[in-house]
Formats: sequence, C-alpha cells, structure tokens
Amino acid sequence: MREPGANGRFGEFGGRFVPESLIPACAEVEEAFRDAWADAGFRRDLDRLLTVYAGRPTPVTPAWRLSAELGVDVLLKREDLAHTGSHKINNVLGQALLAVRMGRTRLIAETGAGQHGVATATAAALLGLSATVFMGGKDMARQALNVHRMRLLGAEVVEVTSGSRTLKDATSEAMRHWVTCVDEAYYCIGSVMGPHPYPWMVREFQRVIGAEARAQCAAELPKAVPDYVVACVGGGSNAAGTFAGFADTGAQLVGVEAAGGAAISNGGVAIMHGHRSYAIQDADGQILEAESIAAGLDYPGIGPEHAHLHELGRARYVTVTDGEVVDAVKRLARSEGILPALESAHAVAWVLRAAGTAELPAGSTVLITLSGRGDKDSNSLMEIQ
Amino acid sequence: MTTTAVTGVPVETHLRARRDAGRKLLVPYVTAGVCENWTEHLHACAEAGADAIEIGLPFSEPTVDGPTVQEASDRALHRGTSLRTLLADLRTVRLAVPLIVMTYYHLVAREGLAAVCAALAEAGVRGLIVPDLPLDESAALEQAAAAAGIDLILVAAPSSSPARLREIAQRSRGFVYAVTAMATTGERTALPATAGAYAATLKQHTDLPVLLGFGISTPDHAAAGARSADGVVVGSALMRRILDGAGPADTAAFVTTLRTALDR
Ligand SMILES: Cc1ncc(COP(=O)(O)O)c(C=O)c1O
Repeated sequence: MREPGANGRFGEFGGRFVPESLIPACAEVEEAFRDAWADAGFRRDLDRLLTVYAGRPTPVTPAWRLSAELGVDVLLKREDLAHTGSHKINNVLGQALLAVRMGRTRLIAETGAGQHGVATATAAALLGLSATVFMGGKDMARQALNVHRMRLLGAEVVEVTSGSRTLKDATSEAMRHWVTCVDEAYYCIGSVMGPHPYPWMVREFQRVIGAEARAQCAAELPKAVPDYVVACVGGGSNAAGTFAGFADTGAQLVGVEAAGGAAISNGGVAIMHGHRSYAIQDADGQILEAESIAAGLDYPGIGPEHAHLHELGRARYVTVTDGEVVDAVKRLARSEGILPALESAHAVAWVLRAAGTAELPAGSTVLITLSGRGDKDSNSLMEIQ
Repeated sequence: MTTTAVTGVPVETHLRARRDAGRKLLVPYVTAGVCENWTEHLHACAEAGADAIEIGLPFSEPTVDGPTVQEASDRALHRGTSLRTLLADLRTVRLAVPLIVMTYYHLVAREGLAAVCAALAEAGVRGLIVPDLPLDESAALEQAAAAAGIDLILVAAPSSSPARLREIAQRSRGFVYAVTAMATTGERTALPATAGAYAATLKQHTDLPVLLGFGISTPDHAAAGARSADGVVVGSALMRRILDGAGPADTAAFVTTLRTALDR
C-alpha cells in the first residue's frame, strides 16, 4: 500500500472533492503532513507518545480456547488495550501533533460511536488544544457514555440534527464547520476517508497496527505470516492500518462490513465527504442511512483505498449480520475473557462463520484486529439480552 | 447518434449583454421540488426582475449548504425530488431568463457527464454549478458541458490563491461565482467587508460577469455587493420565506425589493 498517485488517487478512487474554499486548507494539511512524516523529530515525538501515553505496542494474543474449538489458529491484535479503548488513538495522536506543528489551537472532529471523539478529546487535553466534536443526535443517545467521557475531557459535543442524525450527517456538518474556521482549527478526521491527504495520512498513522502485528506474527507463527488477516470496516482505518503491514505478503486480506452498511458489497461508486469511493445509495443517488448495531460501522461509505484494494482483488470485503455480531461478542467473552467492541466483533463473527463452513481450512492461521473494547456497548447489549 | 435540442436562453450572452448595458445582475436561488408549485416561483422571479435563476437539485450530503438550504433540500427530497423529476418539471417551464442548475458532483457523475449535460440542455437548462467539484477535477465536466451547450460556472473563494483565482476566472463560463465569505450558504447580518476587494481582483482577470453569492440577505446587502461585483446571487433569504409559506406572489415581492435596490 503506497502513497496515492496524482490528485490523491488510489486507482480511480480518492481525490479531493471539496468546495474551493477548502482547497487551500487541504493543500496545507498535505504539505504539513509530508513535511512532518519526513521529519525524524516528529516521528520520534509520535512514537514516544504512542509508547508512554497510548500503551503501544499492543500485544498479539493467541485465542487459545477459540482456536482449539475452531480448528483454526486465531491471533488477536489487541487495539482494545490501547489508551481510550480503541485504535482511534493512534491516528488522533498523529493528527493532533500535526495540528500543533501547524500552529492550530483547536481540533474539530466527527464521531459515530464516540470512540474517535473520545480519542480527539483526549489528545486535545494532552496537548492543550480545545476540541469540538460533531455527533448525530441518534448516536448521542445510544452512545451516551462516550458523550459523557468527551465532556469530562473538556470537549464540546455538538448535536447534529440534520438528515438521519448519524455519522454521515455529523461528517457533513464537520466539513461545513471547517470552512468557517480553517485558520485556527484543524479538522481531525476519524477514518481513512475525506479529501486527500486524509485517507493516506490516516492509513500511515494506523500503519503501526500492521507493522507491530507483522513482527509479532513472525515471532508467534512457524510460517511467520498468517494465512488470513481480518479486520472490521466502517470507514476502514483499523483495517487499512492492519492491511498495510501485510500487503506485501501472501496473506489474504479480509475486510468485514456491517450487513446494513455494506458500501462495497451493496453499494456503488459515489462522491461524498471529499472523495470518490463506494457508498450505499438509492436509485436516485441519494446516500442511504446505514443500519448497524455497531455505531462505529454505521457509515454508508468506505475509504477510497479499500475501494481500490477491492477492485484490484487484493482484499476481499464480506458482511456479517447484527445477530452474528452479538453471538461473536459472547463467544469471545466466554472463551477468551475478552469483551470486544461491537465493531471489532464483526471481524470475529466472519472468522467464526468461515471456520464453520471450512472457508477457512482447518489448520489455517488467522490474525484478527480487535479494534476496540466492548465496555462502551454495555447498554446496547443489555437492551438485547 | 441523436443530437439533443438545446433550448433556453444562453447564460453568458444574456448576462454579458445586460451587464454591458449598465444593469446590476440578480440571480435568485430556488430549491427544486421544495413545494408542489415550485416552478411558479421561477416565473415569479423572472417577472420580478431576475436576470437568471439558479435551481438547486438537492443531495443528501449538502456540504456547502447552511441550515436553510439544508431544510429546503430535506423537504424536496422527502417530496421525491430527483434529477428525473427536475427534468420533467422543467419541460413545462419556458422563461426569458437563463436557468442554471446547482448540484453536487455525485448526482452529475453517476449518470454520466455527457448524458446529464444533454438531458439538462434538452430541458432548457443552460448553466451548471457544482460546488464540490474543484478546478483540479473539473476538466471532464467542462468538456461535457461545453459539448451540450451548457456553461459550467466555476466558484471562487476568498481563500483561493491569486493563481487559482486567475485560472478560475479564465476557465469559468457564464459568469464567475464568487463566494462572499468562508462560510456555507445562509442568511447573515452583514456582508463581509472583504467581499468587495476580492470581487474586484476577479474582475481584473476576466471580462465575464462576476457575481457574489452566500449570505446576501437583504436589499442593502445586494446593493453593497453589486458595487464591486456585477451582481449577486440570493438563496437562503428567499428560501427562508418559501419554507415559511411564502407563495409565488410573495417571492415576486421580495425579488422586486432586491431589484429596486440594485437599480437605485
Ligand atoms: C472499536 C471501533 N472499531 C472500528 C471502528 C470503525 O472505524 P474504522 O473502520 O475506521 O476502523 C470504530 C469507529 O468508531 C470503533 O470505535
């Protein structure tokens, strides 16, 4: 997985489809990121924060009992153990450091499940920035705990009441807000989406997941590289970061979408939120509301590099249902003592199904990225019980 | 191959002629499908002195629109508005001023650029504004629009670099849409002080009419904006009235107040 080509493209996907007002801001972020990423001092600062603050490296844990039950060797990359409870912190620490380097005093962000919002509020507190987080009204209600966390951390949470009141509308609102404050605020995007350079930059900040996992698998597995690398996909940042560590190997890359928000499996090409990729849409091209038990996967689109990997056939995108996801949460909790986020449980659910149907041959090795921990979902799960 | 009939009044020749005759240009904005009789509002605008009319084809992710146009778009989408209904509705409309469609790139690209431009031209539309399609990506649509006899109107912003302003001014057709402020569409209490200077810069780069839009809410704003630019686009202030129940006669009355201020 390389740098995007001309005009920020991954194949025909990506690009920079934003109003003229935002073009200079995007160009400025690109320039600042290129400069920072080439600067050993910036890399050192970020690495240090990832180590002493975020708790990296996160371990790879063999799922001992589940592996025995499935006849497949399952390794779990434990992003649930990162500070704030998900992989989102990796990206946000990178972008927040970039914001400081650019002289910005305020972060703006959109959030669905609230994990990116919590990570943004956290990094803002750490670095002495203020934070404004846009969140759909519907998501605020079902992720009340994360709203509370963000406010405790000092962030302002703005309720978005337009459209379907979910992540896609929070994203549109954050972009509208960005226009009004490009000079003092930095837009901290939560996944591998948005205008160039965001999909590339966020993947680079999440590459740490795949790079660590690659080395950990080499220590753990006789063949060094797992046969399958599986991660859940909303916008696709934890998957992109994981895949980046294995793109040059023979591992089969599998992205797991929510059945009710399956941009690649059920969608078509769309230009929205600054890039060209896939999204679910109606017959008139209006973007549809995604429906998933996992608020973090409740996004109708997918990052442009995933669209490209799909068209290349390098990665495969599959779906699981809410029911399978709830079963996967319980199974992992009871067999391994790990309560995964509903988002992460999508990846587990596909492995459970694929092992059952022998799509994953007996004896194969599978790395699953557990993108986050399930505490935030206790309310949702209690409602289902 | 069938040649599509191009109908409707051309944007550029029409606006240029009026501008050159010393008239300040007025372009009201109406969201397609916002109400049952939305096309009657187009007639009302034309009769009250509009020089062209901008018609918004709503998209579910309106990233440049503020609360009023968002609300109008939501209402139109709930009423089933789509490119198809817009084209069908416009077939019944013939006006002596040019019609310009404003929409987001996804709705243009998914149908095929050439097909959409041909269909718009056939329905009498002669201008197109796509605010989320920046200069760097617009070459293909520029070609398709030109082939269909449609002026692709490019948008300039206060943040555009001098080099980009020059290129926007040179590649735009019909007129140059100069966004008044770093903001979304929406009513404002005052016209930003910087709007005038940058409209003047644009005018140095092109002989096309330069129109200021976004936030022009009152007859005074219109008059002030038109002192440095060749005219103004008025959207949210009109749509607020329509959302609150204004009928075509009320639209005509409001547009008349804008016209009067511009002609003073
Ligand atoms: C735990 C967890 N996993 C995954 C996601 C989805 O994000 P992405 O697809 O960018 O990895 C989220 C988003 O909120 C999340 O909280």
